[in-house]
Amino acid sequence: MIKAENLTKVFNRNLVAVDHITFSVREGEVFGFLGPNGAGKTTTINMLITVLKPTEGAASVLGFDVVKQANEVRKVIGVVPQEYTADEDLTGYENIMLCADLYGIPRDVAKQRALELLELVELSDFKDKRVETYSGGMRRRLELACGLINRPKVLFLDEPTLGLDVQTRAATWEYIRRLKNEYGMTLFMTTHYLEEADVLCDRIAIIDHGKIVVTGSPSELKDSLGGDIITITVKENADVTSVIQSVENVKEVRKENGAYRVKAANGEVTAPIIIEALRKKGYTVTRLSLTEPTLNEVYLEYTGRAFRNTEESRMEFMAQRFQLWRARRR
Amino acid sequence: MSEAEIVNECQPSFARGLWALTRRELKKWLNDPVMLVMFVLQPLIWMGLLGKSMNIGGLFSTSNINLPQQIPIPGSAILYPSGLPGVVLDGAVILQMFAEMGSSIMQNTFGVADYFSFMAVGMVSMIVITTTMFSGMSIVWDRRLGFLDKVISTPVSRAAIIFSKILNATFRAMFQATVILALAYLLGLKLSSTFTPLNLLGVYAAIFLLGVGLSSVFIAFSIRSTRMERPMQFVSLITMPLMFASNTFFPTKLMPDWMQAIARVNPLTYLTDAVRQLTILPTDSSALLVDFTYLGLFAAVLATAGIVLAWKYLTR
Repeated sequence: MIKAENLTKVFNRNLVAVDHITFSVREGEVFGFLGPNGAGKTTTINMLITVLKPTEGAASVLGFDVVKQANEVRKVIGVVPQEYTADEDLTGYENIMLCADLYGIPRDVAKQRALELLELVELSDFKDKRVETYSGGMRRRLELACGLINRPKVLFLDEPTLGLDVQTRAATWEYIRRLKNEYGMTLFMTTHYLEEADVLCDRIAIIDHGKIVVTGSPSELKDSLGGDIITITVKENADVTSVIQSVENVKEVRKENGAYRVKAANGEVTAPIIIEALRKKGYTVTRLSLTEPTLNEVYLEYTGRAFRNTEESRMEFMAQRFQLWRARRR
Repeated sequence: MSEAEIVNECQPSFARGLWALTRRELKKWLNDPVMLVMFVLQPLIWMGLLGKSMNIGGLFSTSNINLPQQIPIPGSAILYPSGLPGVVLDGAVILQMFAEMGSSIMQNTFGVADYFSFMAVGMVSMIVITTTMFSGMSIVWDRRLGFLDKVISTPVSRAAIIFSKILNATFRAMFQATVILALAYLLGLKLSSTFTPLNLLGVYAAIFLLGVGLSSVFIAFSIRSTRMERPMQFVSLITMPLMFASNTFFPTKLMPDWMQAIARVNPLTYLTDAVRQLTILPTDSSALLVDFTYLGLFAAVLATAGIVLAWKYLTR
């Protein structure tokens, strides 16, 4: 459905936002782009939806090239952008009809479908109210309805639950599942919420610094960690990495924020052995935790734990602030 | 659904996309009556204050000059009953001459007897400028809100995106020009004897052409910009010079040569002249032809440039 090969976007000749990424999305699956802010997720989506031109490489949606056959691509995709793009001065219904006009959907078909979609996203009661009066969750649902007006084969969702409360987020997930299961739609989404990727996506690509670091289903990715994570804190100041390393089944030890992050097979059995080994050398374990790998672990494994000082464009920053402000107003 | 079916269902047409986007903007505008009032108020204030305060015709009025009843002219040998030498003229005759000279100066300079009529019509140009400059800003605003990106991701014609902005600005300008001309008429605008209501169509056509041309410039300038400041700065930079280096406030023939040269290429000059020809002046069809030709070319060239830029730069 979607293919990208060496897709690259360089802004202003030196800021590499997306760096030679290659991936493919299969029909009917939910494919997630997971990564920290500024990793290149939105840039990638914008290239796939023909809003940005790739600097290098190529991508296609349903076999249509995103540059050479951009107009064909536009007809078969739906887009739910990160921002609230619905016009505040128009009503919900008018906004959907505006989208229908842009796609050139016959008027009678569009009218009926607009009403159906408003029903689907539970906005029927508010369809003649100006969007100005909508809450953040309602706006998001309206965006979703707009993105579906042309019955897209592929739906692109950019951070579909950014800034939403827990209930609305759960409801949004439900819509996404329904689109996949009932309509057999292919979905491409970006998110930086791990649990979102975990519960929704069939396959995930973790992207960081414009590069895809790993691709796979959530369970594949968890398995790839090769075991459980044991986090140990030791009272003494000395470096005990080599002691832990010597224990059987321990695969990797990393020191992070004063604690040791130990990757080990069979964590329940290995953990007591590590404590024993440390005690023999005269060290005292003050704290120990054992976690089975979650997507969280996978994510940190591939992107590191350090805080990010990402360089966000001024515009992106303003847009986000503005959006949060609008979401908060009601 | 086969691929052919999907493709057939969407039949984006230029006209429909254009109308949908234009209607959106007009709705936004009509939804905000305060803005509407302010837009009319601004040229009204200019017209009222500047047009009425700069009573240039009044300079030549008889009350503006003090003359004695009789004016002796020295050097003549004839003695008059008053005992003074020289010719004595009747002051009233001089005043009469002065007033006639004044109205002839007004007529020759402005083409009409009162400055208010001259200046009120010039306000139409000001409206076109202030209204069209917002088309540039609104495209920046749409980009910021993400609306522009969403529209770009639909199969609607790129030209429709640009033209909707142009049309919207032009419609607004036409509406406001109507209001301002009606108000000016109430405030004492004197129409020429050749004026017929049909001439208003010509006024609209002229406004349309300048509106298309100017908003294309403003849009082209801000099409890639993500900052509001830039188009705003640009607008405030060029608005004043454009207005003053034209015949909006004062006839160009009395300006210094270099300024006349600017005024001669300034499209505002041609719009103002066309509107004056059609309303307050006895229509001179050859001058009108020049005006419309220039405005037409201006609109055609810049709109084309706008479309070309749109194709190139809307998608970054």
